[in-house]
Amino acid sequence: MTIAGSVTERASARCGPPLWLLAEVTYRCPLHCVFCYNPVDYTRYGEELSTDEWLRVLREARKLGAAQLGFSGGEPLVRDDLEILVAEAHRLGYYTNLITSGVGLTEQRIKAFKEAGLDHIQLSFQDSTQELNDFLTHTRTFDLKERVMKAVRAYGYPTVLNVVLHRLNIDHIEQILAMAEAMGVEYLELANTQFYAWAMVNRDLLLPTREQVERAEAVTNAFRERIGDRMRVFFVVPDYYAKRPKACMNGWGSVFLTITADGVALPCHEARQLPGLTFPNVREAELGWIWNESPGFNAYRGDAWMQEPCRTCPEKSKDFGGCRCQAYLLTGDATNADPACDLSPHHHLIGEAVLRAAARPPDVRKIVFRNDKNSRALSEG
Amino acid sequence: MPDATPSLLSVPALASMFRFQWEDAQQCHVLLYPEGMIKLNQSAGEILQLCDGRRDVAAIVAALEAKFQASGLGGDVLEFLEVAHDNRWISY
Repeated sequence: MTIAGSVTERASARCGPPLWLLAEVTYRCPLHCVFCYNPVDYTRYGEELSTDEWLRVLREARKLGAAQLGFSGGEPLVRDDLEILVAEAHRLGYYTNLITSGVGLTEQRIKAFKEAGLDHIQLSFQDSTQELNDFLTHTRTFDLKERVMKAVRAYGYPTVLNVVLHRLNIDHIEQILAMAEAMGVEYLELANTQFYAWAMVNRDLLLPTREQVERAEAVTNAFRERIGDRMRVFFVVPDYYAKRPKACMNGWGSVFLTITADGVALPCHEARQLPGLTFPNVREAELGWIWNESPGFNAYRGDAWMQEPCRTCPEKSKDFGGCRCQAYLLTGDATNADPACDLSPHHHLIGEAVLRAAARPPDVRKIVFRNDKNSRALSEG
Repeated sequence: MPDATPSLLSVPALASMFRFQWEDAQQCHVLLYPEGMIKLNQSAGEILQLCDGRRDVAAIVAALEAKFQASGLGGDVLEFLEVAHDNRWISY
């Protein structure tokens, strides 16, 4: 008996259904992570979608064929109507994922989510200097995560922890793994920082050296061997140290659909920054038209937009030229090959960034935390 | 530890992490799990639909043979259940 395909194998299908819906239900967040992928100018954006507007989005996307739903933010728990959204999503047939820092995730709310039909909870380890220190020294943050993990397990959910790695914490990989083990984590994702939004602002401070990454990966591999089946550990290699770009979003407008807190529909959560493209708001347009017809979603479908070396590259159907947002951020033109690819004529930009970061020790006083004040300042700049 | 090799007396149930359903947009049964989806062919869909934690394998085979007016499906069903168990889609 054969199992026909998976999400990741249907990338070549043009304009199939948006299988993945990411609902960034709010930009509000109690935390101030230096690598946050929310737009740096988030304070400029308008009012959050109402409960009814979100319910309409959920119904329209499900009708288009979306099956996976992520509730994210900001911190999605800030919204007190999240239980209502989860219940409707479950009723519609979504596999519902909550992506949260755990701040505000009381046992009472976990119980309510369980009753509403929530399928999965991914706890992210949020990182600021304070939290990093707490975590490494077993104090407040560890206690919070451990408490939340216990409740998550008590309600029958697998325990899933995501930790974003960067230059300032990657050398503590042993402690991070030990903490995850002590908490009884079953799935651990060690995600090296990708450089967009706030992480891009802080790149010189967050970009690890090649030696740091290699060491962390070796430590992780040794840990995997010891821990066996008790924990599955995923180590996501940073773009800057890969030879080929990631198949970003499985191709533009291929399977991913993000709806931002204020209702803008995007092919990926970073696409809002791309110049020359207009992305429709679900308040003004029907989702079927947005996904299938809108110019923004069609801009980089297929490969007619590609330049060399992508245009004639045999790997273009595998990685789609990488990430449009990274191409834009680093080269100023979203149609260029992602410079993470070592065939890109702009690949030297990656090497230069690595050298620049490595040239001096990180000065943590220069960290730009994700908060409203900094967002306003960056919006003006 | 339960035996990984199913017998006619095993009672398979879908693992709690998976959601099994018919997807109109895909025109097939699927298994949904965190951040992924497995599209199932027709026979896989028919078998998993019956893995409800109550029926044993013999009852599943009998139900399928009745539905498709066929006989001798036992081997195929057991073979698929082994694959499904290896993938942790089901437990006994």
